[in-house]
This record gives sequence, structure tokens and C-alpha cells, in this order.
Amino acid sequence: MADKELIFQIKNLQMWFPIKKGFMKKTVGHVKAVDDVSLDVYKGETLGIVGESGCGKSTFGKTIMMLNTPTGGQVLFNYGGQFKDITQFTSQELFQFRKKVQMVFQDPYSALNPLKKIYTAFEEPLKVHGVNSKEEREKIMEDVLKMVNIQPDYLLRYPHEFSGGQRQRLCIARALEVRPEVLICDEPVSALDVSIQAQVLNLMKKIQKDLGLTYLFIAHDLSVVQYMSNRIVVMYLGKIVEIADSRALYDEPLHPYTRALLSAIPVPQIHQEKKRIVLQGEVPSPINKPTGCAFHPRCPHCTEKCRQVDPALIRHKDSEHMVACHLYNN
Amino acid sequence: MSSQASTIQQASKKQASSLLRKNIRKFVNNRLAMIGLVFVAVIIFTAVFAPLLTSYDPNEISLGEKSMGPCAEHILGTDNLGRDVFARVLYGGCISMLVSVLGALMGSLVGMVLGSLAGYFGGKVDMVLVRLSEIFQTFPEMILIMILVAILGQGVGNLVLVFSITGWMTTFRMVRNEFLVLREETYVQVCEAFGMSKAAIMFKQILPNVLSPVIVSTTVNVAGFILSEASLSFLGVGVPSSVPTWGNILNAAKSVEVVSNYWWLWAVPGGVISIFVLAINFFGDGLRDVLDPKQQ
Repeated sequence: MADKELIFQIKNLQMWFPIKKGFMKKTVGHVKAVDDVSLDVYKGETLGIVGESGCGKSTFGKTIMMLNTPTGGQVLFNYGGQFKDITQFTSQELFQFRKKVQMVFQDPYSALNPLKKIYTAFEEPLKVHGVNSKEEREKIMEDVLKMVNIQPDYLLRYPHEFSGGQRQRLCIARALEVRPEVLICDEPVSALDVSIQAQVLNLMKKIQKDLGLTYLFIAHDLSVVQYMSNRIVVMYLGKIVEIADSRALYDEPLHPYTRALLSAIPVPQIHQEKKRIVLQGEVPSPINKPTGCAFHPRCPHCTEKCRQVDPALIRHKDSEHMVACHLYNN
Repeated sequence: MSSQASTIQQASKKQASSLLRKNIRKFVNNRLAMIGLVFVAVIIFTAVFAPLLTSYDPNEISLGEKSMGPCAEHILGTDNLGRDVFARVLYGGCISMLVSVLGALMGSLVGMVLGSLAGYFGGKVDMVLVRLSEIFQTFPEMILIMILVAILGQGVGNLVLVFSITGWMTTFRMVRNEFLVLREETYVQVCEAFGMSKAAIMFKQILPNVLSPVIVSTTVNVAGFILSEASLSFLGVGVPSSVPTWGNILNAAKSVEVVSNYWWLWAVPGGVISIFVLAINFFGDGLRDVLDPKQQ
């Protein structure tokens, strides 16, 4: 990245969901879905976020969009050089913020209201955001549909008449209607057939290039993330364990968890033997996290220090590569 | 090649409107439901066009002709004040149906709004509203209605109000349960991400998806309220006795003398009520089979 202009600056973001029990709804604990995450997002990049199921990727995406109200931390958004904390926004400011950041969800089958024609589904967000003339709305609809290669006359159909890939393209088009600067993609292709995945991914790449969008690309499919991202964040139990450029991460994964993840990618060569690192045990519950490094019960390199001290996310050899592991602490 | 393409297009066009047509065909093929629909339509028609079907005023007292059996002049006889029973049944049907239909609609409306609020917001709102509906449900319905009538006074409007206060719980539960499921749908989150207001999401996005079971339960409620109106008027706490309704006509049949000697005074309104309620229930069942494939 030549010009590294920040668009999101996330500081110590925390999203704990209270667990309530009993008649009096006493809080007995917290699900620490996102726990003390700090992250910078640069304009125009694709930041991939990977991790196992339940590690807080989707919650992270929803929280920085303020679909969840975070329990702590700051999310600063770049308003033309000026950073504003969106966690402190009033509802009116938040409403305006909705035009800056949009989201594409995982399941295209339930992302379109089954009773509404595509036309209505596309018209509603524009109406809400004050595009009052019908011609103007239809012009925008045609524009965004052209971007995702869907004919404008399909607008008069109902969602059940479309395939999964078409629906996801429609969802992307709808998110683009308000001209967002950032698109948070929450596993946009995981519900699609493999043959359609590539089509949607290429389309997303093209749109990014045309509109200069910033993508936050959440996925669990590592090859998809590698294909899409400039930088990759690896999450484990609500925390970031490694951030690196896409190439650096795949060439030289540092954290033992990242290594295990990468070893799970299938290799398209027949006779090449690959050493698969199989992790022992299950992901611990985000309610009772292990002390020290959250990964230590499954880590093959676990030491006494790992059991007690939580490693901080630090730069590895003064590069952009950051890792939270005691193995690289010195 | 081109002819093939055009047929495909035609086929897709057909498919788009075929769902409605398929549902109508399914309903028409359901014989009981069709019979119900025909009876309901005929009874509503006769009630609405009562002035065309009889020349008698339902409230015209003619003591010279009292308690006459069915004859050429009065096809269904007269009551103990000489009023024409046929005219009273026709005009009375109009009021009875008005009260029960309005009551059912208002009850469904209240149930839908409260159910949407409870299901969408959850938490404390949900808890309070669910408890409230449970309190209403555990109270014997007839007694509750009689208490409310005693407080509000008799009258057509008040009876509608009473029915809407006592008839919202089933709709409420249904709408709330559907909302609990539907609010997790992705399209709700999409609307939130676009910054739509909560009211718009609740009533414009989610509620239309809940409507079909509500329509069915409303029709069933109409039948129930016809019966409630009849029993209330029979007890003398429903619509004032000066207004002819099916229940008020039945009211005349309180004494043993009437029951044993003047069969047309109770058999006619009673029969019409039974037929109408049965027809509405058949119709509602047919509607449910069409609208809610899960319950077949």
C-alpha cells in the first residue's frame, strides 16, 4: 500500500453478551465474543478476517457497524480526514453513518424478504435515505444492477425466482445503492456452490476496483480469503492472534494456530505429501476462557508462561507482521 | 430455437402468477370449504339486502297478529308481540355479523400490534405482555365479558369494544411466536443495516409474513363472536333488546311455554346461527389448508 490512509481505527473493541439466568435475570457471566480487539483498516484494501466457527468474526463485523452496541472500546471512522467515534453517535448520526458502511450477509436465501418484489426491496433503502424522485431511484437501481450483471427487468420478480448466486449478487447490489465506502462481507460466498463462488468473488473484486471500496472480508474458507485479501487477520476466541500481509501470512505463518489452520488447506497436487497439524481438543467456551494465552490448551508449543500470561499483539522483527505469541516475544 | 425461447418465457410468466391460481384451485377443490363459502355468502347477502327481501319492519309491533305460526303472510310466523320473525332474522343477522366481524377484526388488530411489539423487542416488553395475555386467558371469558358490559353499558359499539378486549390473545400469541422466529432472519438485519426505523421493520417487513395465520384465526373468531353475541343477548346483557339481533330473537325463547308451543321462535334463529357458524368454520379450515401448508 503506497498511500496508507486509515478508514477505520478500532481501539480495544469489546463485545460481551451477558448471560442471564433465573427469574430475576441475574447476570451470571459473559460470552466474550469480541474481547479487546484493536485494528486499523486502510482505505481501499481488502482485510480478510479468518477463524473457526464461533471465534467472533461475525460479531466483530456487526459490532463495528453498530448492529450490536459494543460494551467497550472505540471505533473511529474517517470522515474526510477527521476521525469520529461511532460508538458515541446519536441515532441521527448513526443513520447517516449507515450510508458509509454497508454489509453483505452470509445467507442470501433469507436476506431478501420473500413477500417483496426485488423492486420494492431495492426501493425501500433509497426511500429511507431520502432519494425522493422515482426517476432518480430507478436510475440508481439500474446502475447497481449493471454492476452485478443482472438485467433491470428482473426487478419485477420475487426472490424465490432467483438462484443463490443471483440472490447474493442482488444483495451486493442493494448494499451498493447508498454508495458506501466500506463493505463488510460476512461470509458472502459460504452458502453458495463452489462453481458460483468464483463468479461472485471476481465480481466483488471488479466492483472494488471500480468504486474504490474497502472490504472487510469475513470468512472461514482460507483459500477464498487468500484470493481476496491484501491483509489477513486471524482471530481465535474473540482475540486477534495474528495480522499480516496476505502473502507473508501464507508464506511464513508465525502463530501456532495460524500454522494449524493453513495446514488444513488442501493441496491440488497428487503425490505431494503434506504435513497436517491436527489440533487437539475443542475450541474452549468463550464464557470461561483459559487463563493466559487462550490457545494454550491446544498449543503444541505450550510453556508455563503461556498458561499464566496473556501475550500481547506485537510486531515481529519490526515488520507489518504482528503476532500474539510468547514464542516470538523476545 | 426462437420458438423454444418464447415458450420458456411464457412458461416463466405463467409460473409467476401460478401460485395464486394454484391456491384458488386448491380451495375450490375443497368441497366443505366451498359449501361454507356459499352459505356464508348467501347469509351475508340476505342480511345486507334485507329491505329488498321483506316488506316488514323488524320492530313493527302488531298485537293482532301475535304468536302466529308460519303462514302465507308471515313465512316464518310472528313473535309474542306480532313482529315478523323472517324480517327480524334478516335484519338481526346484519347487526350480529357486524358486531362479530368488527369485534374479530379489532381483536386481531390489537393482537397483531401487541404481538409485534412483544416478539420484536423481547425482554421486558415481551414478559409484561405475555403475562397480561395469560391473565386475560385464565379469567373465564363469559364472566369477563359480562363484567365489561356491566362497566361499559350495553350497546353495539360497546359490544365490539368488549370483543376486541377479550379476543386478542390467540392472535397475540401467534404473531409473537412468529416474530420470535422471523426477527432472526437476515432481511431484518439488512433493514437495520440500512437504518430503517423499528416501526417500519416490524410492520412493513415482518408483519406481512405473519398475516396468513392471522386471517384464518380472524375468521374462526367471527364464528366464536356470533355465538358469544347470541349467548350474551340471550342472557340479556348484550345488545339492547330494542335492536334485533340473532341473540335477541332467541331471547324470546326463554320460557318453557315458548319452547314447547312456538317452535319457530327459537328453531329459526338457532338454526341460522348454527348454519352460519358451521359455514364460517368450514370456510376458515379451507382457508388454513390453502394458506398454511404446515398444518395439513
